[in-house]
Amino acid sequence: MNRIYLDHAATSPVHPDVVKCMIPLMSEVFGNPSSIHFFGRQSRQAVDEARAVVAASLGAKESEIIFTSGGTEADNIALIGTAMANRHRGRHIITSMIEHHAVLRACQYLEKQGFEVTYLPVDEQGNVSPADVKAALRDDTILVSIMFANNEVGVLQPIREIGELLKDHQAYFHTDAVQAYGLVPIRVNDYHIDLLSVSAHKINGPKGIGALYARETVKLSPLFYGGEQERKRRAGTENVAGIVGFAKAVEIAQETMSDKQQEYRLLRETMLSIFAESGISYAVNGSEDRCLPHIVNVAFPGTNVESMLVNLDLAGIAASSGSACTAGSIDPSHVLVAMFGKKSERIRSSVRFSFGLGNTKEQIAKAATETVKIVKRLTTK
Amino acid sequence: MIYLDNSATTKPFPEVVDSFVTVATKYFGNPSSLHELGMKAERLLTQAREQIAAALGVKPNEIIFTSGGTEANNFAIKGVALQYRHRGNHIITTAIEHPSVSEPCQQLEQLGFEVTYLPVNENGIVTVEEVKKALRDDTILVSIMHVNNEVGSIQPVEEIGALLARYPKTIFHVDRVQGISKVPLDMKKARIDLCTMSAHKFHGLRGAGILYVRQGIQLSPLLAGGGQEMQFRSGTENVPAIVAMAKALRMSLEKYDKQIDYLLEVKQAWFNELKTIPSIQINTPFADSAPHIINFSLNGIKPEVFVHELEKRDIFVSTTSACSSKKKTPSKTLLAMGADDKRAESGIRISLSFENTLEEIPTAIAAMKEAIEKLREVTR
Ligand SMILES: Cc1ncc(COP(=O)(O)O)c(C=O)c1O
Ligand SMILES: Cc1ncc(COP(=O)(O)O)c(C=O)c1O
Repeated sequence: MNRIYLDHAATSPVHPDVVKCMIPLMSEVFGNPSSIHFFGRQSRQAVDEARAVVAASLGAKESEIIFTSGGTEADNIALIGTAMANRHRGRHIITSMIEHHAVLRACQYLEKQGFEVTYLPVDEQGNVSPADVKAALRDDTILVSIMFANNEVGVLQPIREIGELLKDHQAYFHTDAVQAYGLVPIRVNDYHIDLLSVSAHKINGPKGIGALYARETVKLSPLFYGGEQERKRRAGTENVAGIVGFAKAVEIAQETMSDKQQEYRLLRETMLSIFAESGISYAVNGSEDRCLPHIVNVAFPGTNVESMLVNLDLAGIAASSGSACTAGSIDPSHVLVAMFGKKSERIRSSVRFSFGLGNTKEQIAKAATETVKIVKRLTTK
Repeated sequence: MIYLDNSATTKPFPEVVDSFVTVATKYFGNPSSLHELGMKAERLLTQAREQIAAALGVKPNEIIFTSGGTEANNFAIKGVALQYRHRGNHIITTAIEHPSVSEPCQQLEQLGFEVTYLPVNENGIVTVEEVKKALRDDTILVSIMHVNNEVGSIQPVEEIGALLARYPKTIFHVDRVQGISKVPLDMKKARIDLCTMSAHKFHGLRGAGILYVRQGIQLSPLLAGGGQEMQFRSGTENVPAIVAMAKALRMSLEKYDKQIDYLLEVKQAWFNELKTIPSIQINTPFADSAPHIINFSLNGIKPEVFVHELEKRDIFVSTTSACSSKKKTPSKTLLAMGADDKRAESGIRISLSFENTLEEIPTAIAAMKEAIEKLREVTR
């Protein structure tokens, strides 16, 4: 069976050029960047070059990029690291109800440590409102963490407006850009972003590597103590091959960004027009004007997500219920609950399709047609 | 080329790189995804966990994957301290731990914990008596490394474990990053509760490590999020590097079985030869040390300069541990062993793998003698 992978938001295939550029760093230039000899220096240079690529992609300085083991670690440093280092300035944090668990669980941890967290609601379209951020801001707010775009419904958040609002407030502005990075242009200075998380495996890079952008002026205490790597902000022998593979993926993503946007919009239209023509009942979750091009989250009334996914998988189509990261279980999505309420039927009947490298129009048409068949089967009594 | 810096990092086995590439390209799914590709990735992860557990003689659900040794050490130490602080706030460790153990301990001191840093003897070894003396009712954690990364001294981990058996409320953590596949250790017999390992020190890849967590131990998470690794450690699993690590571990342990006698011969030969160089003072205790680490001090020569001089002759050694090689501070392990500042500032570390040979030694020794000669003239 020719499988169709429509779960790129969970993780994406590594680009062949990425693997290719990693191999020599594993088998030849294998030194420890902290070693002062040739092997060490070569590895150090590779890391420096990669850092320059990642920094440039965000309009940041090289010294502002901290390589991490992935998006989760970047989010944890952004939340816990800054909260701990700035507790003397206040103990209030603002975030939203639709953040990834890496942010939400870090917030819960901080609540146990005596911090106070405001979880902002979203509207039915999945938008956080800048007015709500403004209303929640207090003198003792030290951090506002609002994701750049949501991973389940793809909705882009009003980052520019929130950044503008926070410009003259002491609170740092963190945004989890794990899903948006590589698909929409991000300039940290234009948006007044102080901290930003990214993860390589979502943009056809390797797993186990990511980065946190932290503005020069941001004080943070590390999560990992030990060696002096990453300017003492993140100890641990650098994953040089991973870092270089990540930078390659960033380069490719930057170069192909506008093509991908068009391509995925077309795929999206293809899918939705097949749904529309089929006569099945469906509804797209989340704002359609302000969303990432590659994520389509659709409710199929009268179905249930588990059987949808099982049937899709049997038909060779890999989709998801939302966040793959809620390890293994299909609990109702906290994002859909925030949008529609606990009682809404949508939270049990929605499927996320996410496009990426290798997907073709034909694949999407086939997947959409199969989906229609399954929906019809599951909804006729 | 003669690579003698295996304690900083090892060259991944070619088979390890191959398996990384295969998994990264063919089985790229997210193990948490419920579809076919996700389940395949999940199966690979489970298999790797089972293989590693079997190789270490522990249960699969006791293996937690991390991004490396530093994360595992931070997680173990802070995870215990924050989880069990209601039991007490005293921690015991040694003066010669890797910074990824000693620095989290210092961080905990700032948070109100009390840490005892045990001294070591002239061989770089902590004694069971010292541990016993330091133990208190409120001691929640004892963290002692297995093999020291600077001089290779082996700590009496089994004896300390036996002692701690009488202190059921005290958790025993061992940093086994340098010891694994070089010095055998029965983790169950030694009654270890938490144990750190790192793939890139045994020919695996950077970006994967292990924390063994004995069943029943709880840890406050270091990385919160999706709840992967049985809720211990969140973050999308680095499946390719983990599968590669399982392979590296199996291969390294096989090499131990087949080649340990040879490695010991190599070590002996190195000692014999180094002893013939008058300006060298050997710091590693021959009898009580791992087969792969030899540390010596060079009287009156700057160690960085010596490293560069050898590098010109295609020989790669390091100044004590890689992590602190840029600082010009004296080695804390050598100081703890009683060396004076001068000796502690001029440490050179040779670290071997099963790939090193007897044949390399004459070449390397000749180069070292030349380098010493040349640098002596410069400073004269
Ligand atoms: C929005 C968002 N943030 C954070 C993460 C976590 O990233 P990682 O899987 O690299 O730990 C993910 C993906 O799982 C995500 O979608
Ligand atoms: C004894 C010891 N513990 C911990 C570490 C840290 O491991 P990693 O480099 O995987 O972070 C090292 C190596 O640097 C080490 O030698």
